Amino acid sequence: MSILMKRRSVLLGSGALMLGACSKVHDSTAGQSLFGVVDDWHKGLQRSLTARNALAPEFAPEDISPFFRGNGSTDPQNDGYPQHVAEGFANWRFTVGGLVERPLSFTLNQIMRLPQRTQITRHDCVEGWSAIGQWTGPQLSTFLDLAKVKEAANYIVFRCADDYTQGRYYESIDMVDALHPQTIIAHRLNGEPLPVRNGAPLRARVERQLGYKHAKYLTGVEAVASLDDIGLGKGGYWEDHGGYQWYAGM
Amino acid sequence: MRHLVSTRLWHWINLIAIVILFMSGLNISNAHPYLYWGNWGFSPDQAWLAVPRFPGWMTIPDFYSLAKARDWHLLMALPFAFGLLFIWIAMLWNGHFRRDLVTRKHEWRWRAIKSDIVQHLRFDFRHEGGKYNFLQKLAYGGVFGVLLPGMILTGLAISPGMEATLWWLVDILGGRQSARSIHFLFAWAIFGFFILHVALVLLTGPIGQLRAMTLGGDYEPANPPFARPRHDKGDAA
Repeated sequence: MSILMKRRSVLLGSGALMLGACSKVHDSTAGQSLFGVVDDWHKGLQRSLTARNALAPEFAPEDISPFFRGNGSTDPQNDGYPQHVAEGFANWRFTVGGLVERPLSFTLNQIMRLPQRTQITRHDCVEGWSAIGQWTGPQLSTFLDLAKVKEAANYIVFRCADDYTQGRYYESIDMVDALHPQTIIAHRLNGEPLPVRNGAPLRARVERQLGYKHAKYLTGVEAVASLDDIGLGKGGYWEDHGGYQWYAGM
Repeated sequence: MRHLVSTRLWHWINLIAIVILFMSGLNISNAHPYLYWGNWGFSPDQAWLAVPRFPGWMTIPDFYSLAKARDWHLLMALPFAFGLLFIWIAMLWNGHFRRDLVTRKHEWRWRAIKSDIVQHLRFDFRHEGGKYNFLQKLAYGGVFGVLLPGMILTGLAISPGMEATLWWLVDILGGRQSARSIHFLFAWAIFGFFILHVALVLLTGPIGQLRAMTLGGDYEPANPPFARPRHDKGDAA
């Protein structure tokens, strides 16, 4: 009995020690850089096993889920967003800036006259759920070609209209994903104008990564050489404020 | 009987990996505790299982943090996956697989299986001849052949970055949400094995077992004091 009790308290004690150690390791500088390196390794492994332009699976119309759940911001109230909703986004502008030869600004009508891509894909939230929807919009590469993105650009930053508790939402992807054929600036979901809960009037689709990379309420994209000076430097709102992984392919 | 150095090294690395993977996985489950079949699913009314919320003492970290749990999960996925690749190559290379884990035809006879079960129920763990008896081979086969590789395959299948390449795997598994459900079920099956495994180590002379798995050297599993071995067969008592 007493030996069993001792053994149990040793087990519990070492378990608690390990959990405590886990928290300490996680929050240390070395721990933080280790987890950053691990994210890079997963990206490296996935990229080495996947062709640069390999497509995420596309589905048939009958596979579309009956509803497309909205997550995160689903009805922004900050600045002029409600006004834009009231106006049917007639005065919305989408800018292409940063490291480009020709900074550009588009109205929604101009965006709809560009070549379009329609794809039925599955959206995977980091929380675990999935929904399937049909998205329509120009490829991001079309905008980058029109603006003549410079060689020095390594990342594309998505600029958004919605505020969270700790600031404006933003996200970023590297040029491999930016130039991927399925990376589009979507303005339609299932053939209808994008609903507010899903990011009206424009949202990014980055089909080989998790949902938080698919920035909503887009006001523009910015080509940059480094993410260090954007936000807190980790490449996205949730990366900066929630500790989420920048590469979200797993 | 003795454990090879490759077995001992992998055993302890893998233990650390699966404990952290399991506990961080329970934290990840708390983010959306509903499981679905097929490719999509996002609300409780579509779920085949509403998973209970796992308390802090079962999770890593010991409070709800999807981001930190994912950090640990993604970190330990690497030694787990490459470790399994290593031990499979080692087992095939050094003969451990063929010698100790492959079942023989005569072991599949019902009489033999029944006698093995009866022997286990009598807490008689002495082995005759081979390193492992039939039930052990079956358990290890299920773990090495199905559960451990199954965790890696279902883990890859729920990764959107791999799906452009592994779409066929996601199809075979029945869709991404099915793969996620199987990932969860297999994790608990491995937990079940873990409990059985530890219980049997505790019953058969834990000090000797731990020494053999750490330092190597010869060992024989001992019977617990309340074992009731049958004396009509095997070595005379």
